[in-house]
Amino acid sequence: MNLSRTARLALRLALALGLGVIYVPLGIVLLNSFNSDRTFAWPPTGFTTRWWSTAWSSSGVRDALWTSVQAGAGATAIALVLGTMAAFAVQRHRFFGRDAVSLLIVLPIALPGIVTGIALNNAFRTILEPFGVGLGLFTVIVGHATFCVVTVHNNVLARLRRTGLNLEEASADLGADTFTTFRLVTFPMMRSALLAGGLLAFALSFDEVVVTYFTAGAQNTLPLLIFGYIRLGQQLPIVNAIAFAMIVLTVIPVVLAQRLMRDTGVLRRGGTAALIAK
Amino acid sequence: MGSASGTPAAPASPTGRTAPVRPGPRRRVAAALHRHAGVRLSLLLSAPLAWLGVAYLGALAALFVTAFWSTDSFTGDLVRTFTWANFHDVVTIEVYRTVALRSLGVAAAVTLIDMVIAFPMAFAMAKVASPRAQRWLVIAVLTPLWASYLVKAYAWRVMLSSDGLLGWGYGLTATVLTLSYLWLPYMILPIYAGLERLPDSLLDAAGDLGARGWRTFRTVVWPLTFPAIVAGSVFTFSLSLGDYIAVKIVGGKSQLIGNVVYDNIGAANNLPFAAAVATIPVVIMLVYLAAVRRTGALENL
Repeated sequence: MNLSRTARLALRLALALGLGVIYVPLGIVLLNSFNSDRTFAWPPTGFTTRWWSTAWSSSGVRDALWTSVQAGAGATAIALVLGTMAAFAVQRHRFFGRDAVSLLIVLPIALPGIVTGIALNNAFRTILEPFGVGLGLFTVIVGHATFCVVTVHNNVLARLRRTGLNLEEASADLGADTFTTFRLVTFPMMRSALLAGGLLAFALSFDEVVVTYFTAGAQNTLPLLIFGYIRLGQQLPIVNAIAFAMIVLTVIPVVLAQRLMRDTGVLRRGGTAALIAK
Repeated sequence: MGSASGTPAAPASPTGRTAPVRPGPRRRVAAALHRHAGVRLSLLLSAPLAWLGVAYLGALAALFVTAFWSTDSFTGDLVRTFTWANFHDVVTIEVYRTVALRSLGVAAAVTLIDMVIAFPMAFAMAKVASPRAQRWLVIAVLTPLWASYLVKAYAWRVMLSSDGLLGWGYGLTATVLTLSYLWLPYMILPIYAGLERLPDSLLDAAGDLGARGWRTFRTVVWPLTFPAIVAGSVFTFSLSLGDYIAVKIVGGKSQLIGNVVYDNIGAANNLPFAAAVATIPVVIMLVYLAAVRRTGALENL
């Protein structure tokens, strides 16, 4: 590399500054969750753990958390099935409209969230309401699954590209049928890719608010609860505590997924969508 | 998958039986699936296509159709007769044109700011940092990306409030700043991935041929990473155009397309008009995607 010392130093500095800008606001949320002053004037004046204990004992927060966990689990389960099927179809077959299928899978995250949100809202109200199914947990799961498919799909696709067909052919040559091969060879090969995709799908669902707002009806997920508090200016000290807890809850699956994805080659291929689908 | 696996080969099995065992139903299904790639493909595609192709695209299409309807101003019910009125209003009424242009401006500003901040960061990550540090840096950039969107917007609200750390107040500038912050990792990652694929030897060759830093950047690095930068811009652009929450949190009185759609769904209960307004960001994104398709940016998404 023909970079001068000054250039290297400048680049390192830019990186450090950039990371600083990324982390300072998050640090402030953490700090304010211990700030005894309700207005969060800078600099903080006193220390308290009251907000954390209030948030922990609030039944509204607990209910919302439980709803979010259920929604995340449901959406992840559906995304795992649909994403894997689509990845196998796209990677193992050549057919007319293959590119269109790839595009279709990315579409829910490529289109502005509000469009997906109101389209689903409209569809649910027209189709489901006559059957007596209102907006609620079920519609939230359906909405989340729609944009979670891409994370699983991209992870499985990257894995299939890397592993090739040799092992499965060997298995077939040794007399195993399609199902046995899948159970003993294909599935174990994909397990960590599925886990990574699933974790990312869960994190994506757990944090989503744009589409959720239009599909949840009266149901409160954790992000919707926080959004409500912020909008009405209520319970702001508690928001800091919940918000920070949410960061931790979302980040754990992502860091785990990161470790798993190191060997799927998703990032190297540029599959940013798999990582940051939103 | 190579040889047919339906029937085991005829030779005598170790138990001494010579007649081939008649395969059970499971084995026959497996064999049929194995032989007919078309059936396999249709089964694999059935559920994803039913979900995304029929349900999701159907919902989008239905929304687009709704844009040509209207609502009864007394009862608030949908009137299902064809009309151009919504689109006519969107195009001719001054306010909506201003909001659309403002949203476009915000999206462009956010994209530009992110590009300027992200490139040096990504370059330092990919080409200056040691391989060990690189892994940690990727995690350091990725992790906050997943930290709740609301939390981050809210953090800026706290910082920008008049007695906060920055204290600059709310408004359009605050919105641009917050959105730039929110989408920054979406710009860093594709550029980082693009730079990582750029062989160091090319940079060395440029240096050996006498090019200084700036010239190397202009003639080697920029053209080769351009698709990655465009890929990042697809994210920042689309996400900014569709946002209504950050604007609500830090935007003060300013309105973007997202808010107009949101208000027409909620307070005004005018779905047809909301649908017509929502086609603006979709059309802008489709035009943008079509324009950048030739750069190869979409493979970098």
